Amino acid sequence: MSKTRSHAGRSIAAHAILITYTLIALFPVFVIVINSFKSRRAIFAEPLMPPMPGNWDLVGYTTVLEQGDFFQYFLNSMTVTVASLFFVLLFGAMAAFALSEYRFRGNLLMGLYLALGIMIPIRLGTVAILELMVSAGLVNTLTALILVYTAQGLPLAVFILSEFMRSVSDDLKNAGRIDGLSEYRIFFTLVLPLVRPAMATVAVFTMIPIWNDLWFPLILAPSEETKTITLGSQVFIGQFVTNWNAVLAALSLAIVPVLVLYLIFSRQLIRGITAGAVK
Amino acid sequence: MAEVTIRALKKSYGGLQVVHGLDLDIVDGEFVVLVGPSGCGKSTLLRMIAGLEEVTSGDIRIGERRVNNLPPSERDIAMVFQNYALYPHKTVAANMGFALKMRGMDKAEIDQRVKRAAEVLGLTPYLDRFPRALSGGQRQRVAMGRAIVRDPQVFLFDEPLSNLDAKLRVQMRTEIRELHQRLKTTTVYVTHDQIEAMTMADKIVVMQGGRIEQVGAPLELYDRPANTFVASFIGSPSMNMIEGTVQGGTVRAGGATLPLPPGMKVAEGREVIYGIRPENLGDSPDGIRGTIAVVEPTGSETHVVVRIEGRELVAVFRDRISHRPGDQITLAPVDPAGVHLFDKATGTRF
Repeated sequence: MSKTRSHAGRSIAAHAILITYTLIALFPVFVIVINSFKSRRAIFAEPLMPPMPGNWDLVGYTTVLEQGDFFQYFLNSMTVTVASLFFVLLFGAMAAFALSEYRFRGNLLMGLYLALGIMIPIRLGTVAILELMVSAGLVNTLTALILVYTAQGLPLAVFILSEFMRSVSDDLKNAGRIDGLSEYRIFFTLVLPLVRPAMATVAVFTMIPIWNDLWFPLILAPSEETKTITLGSQVFIGQFVTNWNAVLAALSLAIVPVLVLYLIFSRQLIRGITAGAVK
Repeated sequence: MAEVTIRALKKSYGGLQVVHGLDLDIVDGEFVVLVGPSGCGKSTLLRMIAGLEEVTSGDIRIGERRVNNLPPSERDIAMVFQNYALYPHKTVAANMGFALKMRGMDKAEIDQRVKRAAEVLGLTPYLDRFPRALSGGQRQRVAMGRAIVRDPQVFLFDEPLSNLDAKLRVQMRTEIRELHQRLKTTTVYVTHDQIEAMTMADKIVVMQGGRIEQVGAPLELYDRPANTFVASFIGSPSMNMIEGTVQGGTVRAGGATLPLPPGMKVAEGREVIYGIRPENLGDSPDGIRGTIAVVEPTGSETHVVVRIEGRELVAVFRDRISHRPGDQITLAPVDPAGVHLFDKATGTRF
């Protein structure tokens, strides 16, 4: 009896900690979202007040939708994120498969080399990257961003996925070989479905920094046609005057697509975990 | 169906040689079991026959064809794995028919073959299920079905029963054996369990350290082991080994005098290992004296562990005995002709 009680106590304590953490983590988001629906005066007078008839004002959203080409910015961000994600997952999984499946000279060194990128921030190479993009004529294109983000995301993807692929049964792959599957089909039809939870994890870790990045869009693709949403929102932050309504509205809108992507991946993630548990 | 011929087969990983020049002939339709302790190279040999492991040097022939450089799918073999290795996202029927589909076989023909194999294995009610909804024994049957439908020249089994519980293992053993008698397909079966080897094989290949120690029919290995390794590996409980010296037509071991097998001539003073199967040890007025440490009745027979000068001997009695732990007992070979004598220096049989 006392055992079950202490179990319940521990569970309550764990949940209390998790709920506290959730509240702290979500608080800034919450403040941004509620204030985006308020008038400028109300934002400064009572920042924590939820929107209600007295302070209700959609001026932020109308400004965002009228000024600048926000739909285009959204599209750019979406294109860059989804394309980078696709390449990171594809090439990351392929490299991970090669590292975990085949014995070859320098396998370990290659793995370490690929994992090195986790420790060295890609921004250190900004100047070289810019020079490279200039000479390749890729400045002010989304391609430049996709290339950089793919490079940025690969190390972690290779690292996590190769660990997971090592756990896929060798017998299964060999059964495929005996049945006449090519190495590509073994990879795509046998191994990838089994590491789907890991793919979802990598996708989430890769996606968020890309979506939120301001640095590379500012340096490599600042033109009007290639602006991403994060860069686009900056037009409202001036040196002397900041249009807070518009900034908050733009940020609130920017949360939506990434939330949708996250929900897609997290469902995969949970399905993967429960499939493993039920067996 | 085909014979499998292996000549001077070697395998190295980098500088480490794990298989040292094997020669083996497997006759058409034979059930051959490769047995040995883990790391003896039996699985490596099987995987080389399957084409999953590259051959460093030597030849493997299946039928008339040299298959060294053929990919696994072109060797006309089928393999059953320890972890079943069923495709988790395919139904039982799709699992069994997949290799045929890959070969571009007609769908009606595939269905027919799958149905026939399912009948043989009692899997008909499960054809639409997924592997995760099956028990271990059923999964292993599906894995066998996947092998059968291909109608291959050679079946390869890689410790297929190791993941099953003891009762199911005995049952599947019989099923595999019956299946072989019906299909008469050449079979190579790897196990570390000598009982599996003894009960299933037409021919046993005992391996150790990447070498073949002895090849022969199960009872041949039991009755005439070529060396001390085979002698102690085959048989359960394993053979008692007593070190001794030949003196005046007998073997002196510690304080005891043991008879030589009749007709055997061994030079005086030679150091030997005197091997006696537990069932060949019996109560006797003179022989090796010791104290009974443990008595283990199994029902049909009783195992008695006897401690002598710090070593242990095991004797098996078919009759019910009244001995208790702590009693003194004197043991000697019941039938001196059943004694195995090995050279102490080389371990080989005299």
